[in-house]
Amino acid sequence: MSIQNINVALIGNPNVGKTSVFNMLTGLNQQVGNYPGITVEKKIGFCKLPHNIKANILDLPGTYSLNASSMDESVVIELLLNKNDKLYPDVAVVVTDVENLKRNLLIYTQIKDLEIPTILVINMADRMETKGITLNIPYLEEKLKTKIALVSSRKSRGIEELKNLIVSYKTIPNEPCLNSTVIDKDYFEKLQHAFPNQLLYKLWLVITQDVNFSNLDRNEIRSTFTKSHSELKRLQQKETIKRYQFINDVLKEGLKVDASMAKDIRAKLDRVLTHKIWGYFIFFAILFIIFQSIFSWSTIPMDFIDSTFASLSSWVAEELPSGILTDLLSQGIIPGIGGVIIFIPQIAFLFLFISILEESGYMSRVVFLMDKIMRKFGLSGKSVVPLISGTACAIPAIMATRNIENWKERLITILVTPFTTCSARLPVYAIIISLVIPNERVFGVLNMQGLSLMLLYLLGFGTAILSAYILNKILKLDSKTYFVVEMPSYKLPLFKNVGINVVEKTKAFIVGAGKIILAISIILWFLASYGPGKDFNEAEAIVKERTIQKPLNEVEFENAVASQKLESSYIGIMGKAIEPAISPLGYDWKIGIAIISSFAAREVFVGTLATIYSVGNSDNEATIKSKMQEEVNPVTGEKIFNFATGISLLLFYAFAMQCASTLAITKKETNSWKWPAMQLVFMSALAYFVALLAYQLLK
Amino acid sequence: MQNTIHTLKKGEKAIIKDFDIDLIPLKLLEMGCLPGNLVELLQIAPFGDPLFLDINGSHVAIRVETAREIEVELIKTNF
Repeated sequence: MSIQNINVALIGNPNVGKTSVFNMLTGLNQQVGNYPGITVEKKIGFCKLPHNIKANILDLPGTYSLNASSMDESVVIELLLNKNDKLYPDVAVVVTDVENLKRNLLIYTQIKDLEIPTILVINMADRMETKGITLNIPYLEEKLKTKIALVSSRKSRGIEELKNLIVSYKTIPNEPCLNSTVIDKDYFEKLQHAFPNQLLYKLWLVITQDVNFSNLDRNEIRSTFTKSHSELKRLQQKETIKRYQFINDVLKEGLKVDASMAKDIRAKLDRVLTHKIWGYFIFFAILFIIFQSIFSWSTIPMDFIDSTFASLSSWVAEELPSGILTDLLSQGIIPGIGGVIIFIPQIAFLFLFISILEESGYMSRVVFLMDKIMRKFGLSGKSVVPLISGTACAIPAIMATRNIENWKERLITILVTPFTTCSARLPVYAIIISLVIPNERVFGVLNMQGLSLMLLYLLGFGTAILSAYILNKILKLDSKTYFVVEMPSYKLPLFKNVGINVVEKTKAFIVGAGKIILAISIILWFLASYGPGKDFNEAEAIVKERTIQKPLNEVEFENAVASQKLESSYIGIMGKAIEPAISPLGYDWKIGIAIISSFAAREVFVGTLATIYSVGNSDNEATIKSKMQEEVNPVTGEKIFNFATGISLLLFYAFAMQCASTLAITKKETNSWKWPAMQLVFMSALAYFVALLAYQLLK
Repeated sequence: MQNTIHTLKKGEKAIIKDFDIDLIPLKLLEMGCLPGNLVELLQIAPFGDPLFLDINGSHVAIRVETAREIEVELIKTNF
């Protein structure tokens, strides 16, 4: 018997546990990508079902209805209206939360109008008892014209039933469960008459929604059936009322709530968590714990990774026959890969905390708590989520601005998000802090290095908010403000969801950033290992001649030759060329190279220094940190990484816009080169002048 | 004075009466903000804005500027 492939689309409101159901069906059998041309995340998973059926399960973005107000929601409609799409679902699975069934059923009735076989999942069934809810499933199935699976993703129950329903999707009725066209009979009759072969609800969506439709000529439909924006909205209100009337009627019989049974911790928790003093106190305490722990917990695996790669390099250099290939491996590729791998602990920790905050429902309380304050700076309470996610990576953070309804608030959030300290800055900060800030405690408890890191985070947030304030004054944009935030009930985060999220996000980051870093490491190694003219090619003779008065021992001689070679290599020439511009900031040409290469991505800084110092140093065993520590200015004999240079570098990295991917995402999300160009110029200029000022004051 | 969601006190319940549809986002309607439905003011954020509501069983937060546009009729509770 041959294997049959079917497409299943998971649809539902945000916060109903749709992703939990997806994870239960597919496990780690997932692929995360993007929809073509836009940055909406596209998650597909695979699931083997009985009777040799293989299901491609598509986790669509959460949406409250088929009336799209964001790009994420448009994706859902575009897929459901295009039968030729290769992901067009054979069966739709609408996921709902038993506590919010009324609201969650709204989109269900819309999907039914599209005449797609639809299964209804009622999730969080384990909460029925504590909420005093009883359901009359046969009645609901009859009225809603579907099959229902009662699922508890927390208790892993009901998933086999759901799989069986998916297998027998052909038996599920696909007619609508109510007739919504009664809201304006004449209008819809004429519409159907003009396009007899089209589904009426589909035509209605074409008229009301601004999304791409293949196969249907929107202009033709719209020109004859046009209505003013206001009239359309009135009809949409009528439609919504109609649907709710139907849902209320069904639930009156189908769902009983015994209010006396209901135990609700939400109200009690909200009293504390959104309190005008405790609320802020708890929020800042959580932030503090996150940042302290990221720095102290991840140093152990990071040190281990650092030293492992250092000894791997020297092992390769010793064991393999010497030659260009071995050099490339031990001095270019291995330090390059090490520079990527070393991020894993910190990025994983950050994503861990962020997904716990989101899964638990606490993030919405932060939005609620911060909205009024953020508005003073031209931001929205919803900007807090991107600003916090920005501590992981600016790219998902900028994508997360999509649910900010107001364009001006959204644009400002996009522009200032790169100021928050992303995880790519962490390795740079970590290595420089450990070089120039003493590892001591103040007041006996606070670690000075941890404290410095926290200050840098606060500096990032502070700059972001201050720039937002200025942008809010400068930008003349008028847009209507709408702010609607769902406040989901509190839930203990599911280990599986958090785990999968951490693995997926970390993997995406490592693969994405890793490619760039690896490529740059190889190029750098090449540029540092070859050079033009006799300064490079006759390095040994030159050193011999220079030291003729005072001969060096063998090790000293080798090192002198290596640094002569590095200085006259291609990269040395480039570095020397920019040295005049950066020496007022306290940087030598080696740091200059690292800064240039890190315009592609900040994390390249450490990798670049690793490559440069590996090439210029015969001692492969030492870690990057100890190599940087030993680095001295050949003229003055002072340490390169002293306090003033360290602070100057930290500030430079706090402000500089050094991430090609962030610029690309800003272009994509704002649909213009103007905004990313502005980000690049202003942030780089700010970084330069602040670093200059700091070095000149501290040296 | 006309009662709106903005004039409610914490813990008060009311029935939604009327609003100017052009000033209310469609998303809020879909959350159940429709004439005849019950609304309860659950929490007020520090500094008086936004408001955390239970509208027809949905928990949502909206800003004062939107809440001002939604007329309601207070339900007198007789305890």
